[in-house]
Amino acid sequence: MANHYYNAEDLGKFGAIGEYQKEMADKFFAWYGEVFKDSALSAREKSLIALAVAHAVQCPYCIDAYSSDAYEKGWSESQMMEAVHVASAIKGGAALVHGVQMMNKVKSIAM
Amino acid sequence: MKSLKALQHALADAGHQIDILEHEKDLPLFTDKMKQAGLLPLHPTQPEIFQVNVGKMCNQVCKHCHVDAGPDRKEIMTKETMMLCLDVLANNPSFKTIDLTGGAPEMNPDFRWFVSEIKKLNRHIIVRCNLTIILANKKYHDLPEFFKQHAIEVVSSLPFYTQDRTDRQRGNGVFEDSIKALQMLNTVGYGMEGTGLLLNLVYNPAGAFLPPSQLALEKEYKDALLERYNIQFNQLYVITNMPISRYLDYLLVSGNYSSYMDKLIQAFNPVAAANVMCRNTISVGWDGYLYDCDFNQMLDLKVGCSGSDHLSNYSSSAISEREIILNQHCYGCTAGSGSSCGGAVA
Repeated sequence: MANHYYNAEDLGKFGAIGEYQKEMADKFFAWYGEVFKDSALSAREKSLIALAVAHAVQCPYCIDAYSSDAYEKGWSESQMMEAVHVASAIKGGAALVHGVQMMNKVKSIAM
Repeated sequence: MKSLKALQHALADAGHQIDILEHEKDLPLFTDKMKQAGLLPLHPTQPEIFQVNVGKMCNQVCKHCHVDAGPDRKEIMTKETMMLCLDVLANNPSFKTIDLTGGAPEMNPDFRWFVSEIKKLNRHIIVRCNLTIILANKKYHDLPEFFKQHAIEVVSSLPFYTQDRTDRQRGNGVFEDSIKALQMLNTVGYGMEGTGLLLNLVYNPAGAFLPPSQLALEKEYKDALLERYNIQFNQLYVITNMPISRYLDYLLVSGNYSSYMDKLIQAFNPVAAANVMCRNTISVGWDGYLYDCDFNQMLDLKVGCSGSDHLSNYSSSAISEREIILNQHCYGCTAGSGSSCGGAVA
């Protein structure tokens, strides 16, 4: 048993999750593969979206995977960083917009 | 920047490279993978491409170069060896395409003579032109016109359609000169619809990763080069970097060797393996020795037919019946959609 929660090598073992529930894993990977194919959005565009989302959900495996994938697909460093800023802006904005709820509550109880 | 050879670097020795590929990391043997795919021993199909490395001299010193080429490399094919090439070609009409590579092949003083003599044998010629050679010296400025006169197919490396990635791999200023050279080639008709003058570009990754889809990247290249520089070309060949020579040095120094080899192995594709270029190609070294491919040439792995491993003792039957020499670097040609001098193979 590892004494830390994340191990870079575990990303390569992702496929093994089917060991405990094959049917659902097979469906997940089939769907996942379908999602990232060229379609209305190109695989290249999807890779940059995935990179941004990986940061928003703060998944180190996904960040590793989609930093490589997006760079391989030709996105530049500055484009990738802008995508991370978009994710961060949405996350920051999502926190900040709750300030309205705070204001509503304060206004409802204040004299 | 100097070549590994000029630096007296350990990796300038082909034997040392093979030792690293075989022992640095415990990897599944490429020959076992081929056996599982029903491709061992690997035999040639019909010989079609006669690839000649006319010398290791080059005006560039690219970080990924598998030839370890550069201005300090003096190995150059002589006219006598070129004449041996012509003899073999005259006697072996199945070689329809002659692929001239280097170094910068145009720097060989007998390059133009060699091209004219090959044309007399009525063969198709490919020149692997690094583009910047056209601008390197006044005596090379007329190369686009020379290529056109001899109906040569031009295949040129442009690692990316942006300056940043290209210069990082090939040196400062290379992108700007490459763009100017491509515009000169377009001006004489190369890459332009209806001219029949073929201009194909080569992408290879500027780092420790595998290439993306050839078709998708070709569209991006075409759109970007046309929009930004008014440049047109025919096809994009996507090539995987081979873990040998300077690229092997880069992988080891950057700590990427292990993960890169894992990527190549995980991406092993039996369909690509069945279509590897060594099956229809013979590679000729600057000194006339024969190899299964340019990569084997740089690792000094000569063709496996004793008594017929040089132009001077060329035997078409021995070449046709030989077993192709395989080693761990061959994973570079079988990953994903495969990789060859003509791009993806699967």
